[in-house]
Amino acid sequence: MAGLSELTSRLRAELGAAKVIDDRQELRTYECDGLAHYKVVPGLVVLAETTADVAAVVRACNEAGVPFVARGSGTGLSGGALPHADGVLVVTSRMRKILDVDRDGQRAVVEPGVINLHVTRAAAPSGYYYAPDPSSQQVCSIGGNVAENSGGAHCLKYGFTTNHVLGVEFVEPSGEVVEIGGKAPDPPGYDLLGAIVGSEGTLGIATRVTVRLTRAPESVQTLLAGFDGTDAAGQAVSAIIAAGVIPAAVEMMDALAIEAAEAAVHCGYPAGAGAVLVVELDGPASEVDAQFAQVRELCEKAGAFEIRIAADDVERALFWKGRKSAFAAVGRISPDYIVQDGVIPRTALPEVLRAIADLSAESGVRVANVFHAGDGNLHPLVLFDDAVPGQAERAEEVSGAILDLCLEHGGSITGEHGVGSDKAKHMPRMFSAADLDTMQLVRCAFDPDGLSNPGKVFPTPRLCGEVPGRHRGAHPLVEAGLAEQF
Amino acid sequence: MTGPAGVLDALRQATGGHAGPAGDGDAVDGVPARFVAAPGSTAEAAAVVRVAAAEGLAVVARGAGTKLGWGTPPRRLDLIVDTRRLDRIVEHAAGDLVVVAQAGVPLAELGERLAGDRQRLAVDEVVPGTTVGGMLGTGVTGPRRLQAGAVRDLVLGVTMVRADGVVAKAGGKVVKNVAGYDLAKLVTGAYGTLGLVTEAAFRLHPIPPAAAYVSVRLPDPASAYQAVQRALHAQWVPAAIELDRPEPGGPVEAAVLVEGTEAGVTARAEQAVATLGEGAARIDRPGWWGTLPAGSDRGVLVKATTELTGTGRLLEGIDRAAVAAGTTAAVRGSGGVGVFHAALPGTDPAAVAAFVKALRDAAPAWQGSVVVLAAPAPVRSEVDSWGPVSGLDLMRRVKEQFDPDALLAPGRFVGGI
Repeated sequence: MAGLSELTSRLRAELGAAKVIDDRQELRTYECDGLAHYKVVPGLVVLAETTADVAAVVRACNEAGVPFVARGSGTGLSGGALPHADGVLVVTSRMRKILDVDRDGQRAVVEPGVINLHVTRAAAPSGYYYAPDPSSQQVCSIGGNVAENSGGAHCLKYGFTTNHVLGVEFVEPSGEVVEIGGKAPDPPGYDLLGAIVGSEGTLGIATRVTVRLTRAPESVQTLLAGFDGTDAAGQAVSAIIAAGVIPAAVEMMDALAIEAAEAAVHCGYPAGAGAVLVVELDGPASEVDAQFAQVRELCEKAGAFEIRIAADDVERALFWKGRKSAFAAVGRISPDYIVQDGVIPRTALPEVLRAIADLSAESGVRVANVFHAGDGNLHPLVLFDDAVPGQAERAEEVSGAILDLCLEHGGSITGEHGVGSDKAKHMPRMFSAADLDTMQLVRCAFDPDGLSNPGKVFPTPRLCGEVPGRHRGAHPLVEAGLAEQF
Repeated sequence: MTGPAGVLDALRQATGGHAGPAGDGDAVDGVPARFVAAPGSTAEAAAVVRVAAAEGLAVVARGAGTKLGWGTPPRRLDLIVDTRRLDRIVEHAAGDLVVVAQAGVPLAELGERLAGDRQRLAVDEVVPGTTVGGMLGTGVTGPRRLQAGAVRDLVLGVTMVRADGVVAKAGGKVVKNVAGYDLAKLVTGAYGTLGLVTEAAFRLHPIPPAAAYVSVRLPDPASAYQAVQRALHAQWVPAAIELDRPEPGGPVEAAVLVEGTEAGVTARAEQAVATLGEGAARIDRPGWWGTLPAGSDRGVLVKATTELTGTGRLLEGIDRAAVAAGTTAAVRGSGGVGVFHAALPGTDPAAVAAFVKALRDAAPAWQGSVVVLAAPAPVRSEVDSWGPVSGLDLMRRVKEQFDPDALLAPGRFVGGI
C-alpha cells in the first residue's frame, strides 16, 4: 500500500527509526492478542513512548486515511487488539511510568502501558490498592483495561474499570489531544469517559489514566467449599445474596474445571467435589467476622460437604491459584479450547448450567465451567481437539449455543472480555439495528472516518456522512449564537 | 408544518388523548411551552417525539418538575413531555439485585417497593419528589455516593427515544456487561439533550440491618479537611462523609455514616468517634443530612467539586469569594467524594457573578469545577452557568450526531448544547 510506505517514512522522520517497525519477521510477533486463533500481521508497528508519539502517529494516519489499532500488553481475549493488515499498530507498552501515587487524594495517575498489578504495588506501601483485578493482572495493562472495561473476581463488590477510572488524557482519531475528567469528580458536560471506557479502542487512544485507589481492607476472610454439584453450589450463592451479604468475590468451578486445575497446579481442592465455591469477604473486621460465620452456615445448609477456611495469605493464595489458573489449566486435559464469556442473571444459574450440560451431552463436546458466580458471569471452556476433523466446528457451535442461552435468559454476550473481532457478529443477537445505529452515533462523533480500530465491536460500520434531509433547521451552533454559517 | 390545532391532534393521537395546550405552570425555568403531552409507554413517547421531529418542536422532558430550574433555560420550547404516566416498576429481580423502572417513577415510591425486599437503589433523594428520569437527567447524588457510586455507576441500561423518534436500548439488565458502548452513562447527567429516557435498569444494594451517625463540630476548613482525611483512610469504612457549613467563616460540622450488621456498626461507630477526635459523638441522623443547603430553593445553587486533597482549600476559597463579592454562602456536601453545593441569596446578580468568577478563578488549584445549577433569571443573565468545559468540541459533535436539529432541550446544557 503506497499510503503505508509514505507513512513509514514520515513516522521514521518524526519519531525516530527505533520506534517504527516494518520488518516482516518482527511484525509477525504482533499478529495476534490473547485470542490467538485470529491472526493478522500489521502493516506497521509503532512503539510509542509519549503522548506526543501517539498523537503524531494518529495524526499521520488520519491525514493518510490509514487505520490504526492500539495495543497494550496484548492479553485481550476477544481480538480487540487484532491488527489491521494495511494499518498501524500503536503499541503503548513502553509507556509504563506511574506518574503520581496520591494517597491522600486516593488517586494514581499512570501511563497506559503500566501493568495493572504494578499500580497496586505502587500504592500498597500507603495501604491502598487498585481494585479491578482481571485474572491477567500480572501482565495486562491499564490502557487495555480502559479499552475493555476489564472486570475481575472482585468486581462483584467493587465494580469494574469504568467505576475506577476518573480521567484520561486522550488522543482523538483526528490526532487532537483532549483531557477528559481528572482527580475531581463530575467535570461539567457529557460523561464522555463513560462512553470511552469499554469502547475497545474504537473512539481513540488513552495516553494517561487517572484511577481511583481503594483503601486496603482491615480484614479478608476466604473459604473454599466443596459441593456434590453445581446446583447445590448455586443454591449457596443465592442464599448468600438473599441474606444481604455482598462478598468481595464468589467464584465457582465445576468438576471438569477442578480436574484441570488439580492436574496443572495441585491446588488441593476437596476430593470428589462436583463443584467448589471460593467465597471471599473483606472489610472491617467486625463486619467480616459476623458475615463470614453466616456465609459458612449458608454453605453448610446448601449441602457443602467440606469447608476450608484460609488460615493466612499463603492458604488464600492457594485457594485462588486453582481458580486463577483454570483457563490455562484446561490445556492439561484438552489440546484446544474456547474460552467463552457470557452473562446471565445470577438466579438463572442452575437452569443455565443444566442446559449447558445437556448441550455438552448431546454434542459430545466437553465443557468445563469456571465463573464469577456472584454476578452471573460464566466462563464455559469448550474443549476440542483441532487435529480431529469437525471438532473445532462442533465446539464453535456449542460455544455459540451457550451465548444463545445467555441471551434467552436476559443476559449479555460478554461480561468482561469484550466484543472485539470475535463477537461483533453476535451483536445483532443482543441489540436491534436501531440500538447499534445509536451506539455508532458516538463513533461518528469521535471518529467520522472510522479509522480507530475498525472492524471491532460493530458488525457493520455506520456511514457517518450527513443524512439527507436531516438538516432542516438552523445548525445548532448557529442557533446558539456560537457560530455563523456562510 | 401543521397549525397548532393539527399538532395538538397529532399529540393526542400519539398519547391516547393525554395531550393538551400548555397551561400557566407549563414552563421550564421561565420559558413557556405551547403543548404538554404525557405518553404512557415507550411506544407513545416515540410517537410524541416523531410528531415533534416532524413539526420541528423543541422538547423538554418533565417528571415531577423539581429541578426544571437546573441547567440553563431552554433557548426555545414548544413541547413539554410529561413523564409521569411512565410510572411502572417494570421488573424487580430481587435475587439478581436489579430493578427496571420507567422514567416517571418517583424515587420514593421505588424505594418503598424495594424496601419490601430489604433492598435499595443507593441514591439519596437529595431533592424531594425526584423521579427516576430526573435523577438520570441531572445525575444528582447524595452522601451514599462515597460507597455505592454515583448514578452513572448504578445505571445498567436505558431505553431511550432519539430525537428522530427511533427507540434504542443500550446496556442491559445484568450487573456485568461490556457489549457495546455504555450509552446509559452518556445520557446520565445530559439534561435530556441526547434523548428521552423512558426506562432504565439499575443495580441494587441490600439495606444493611444497622446504621449509625457520628458527628463532630470543627472550627474551620483546615480542621474539617483533616477530619475527612482521617475518616477516608480509616479501615472501619465510612458509607458517607458529609460536611455542613451554614455560613462563611463559621464552624463546620462533619458527620459520617456507618452501615452494616448490628454488631459491626456498634463497634465501628466507636472507632469513628475515636477517628474524628475530641468532641465527636454518636448522634441521630442530622437534620441537614442528604439535603441541599438552606435557601437553595429560592436563591442560587452552585455545585463545586474538588480533588479529595482540596476540600479545605475549596471551603476557604468559598469564604474568600463570598467576602470579596459581598455575599454569603451556605455550604454542604460530600467531603469523601469532593462534591459540594453552595446556596447564595439571589437578590444581587452582580454579587453572585463576582462570587462565581472568584471561585472559578481559584478552582484549578484544587482541580475543581464550579457550575451554577439554579438561579433566578436576572442572575442567569449575569453569569456563565457552566464555566470552562474540557472536551466541549467532542460534546458538540456528540450532540450534533444525536440531535442535529437541536430539538431536545436546546440550550439547557454546556456550551449552548
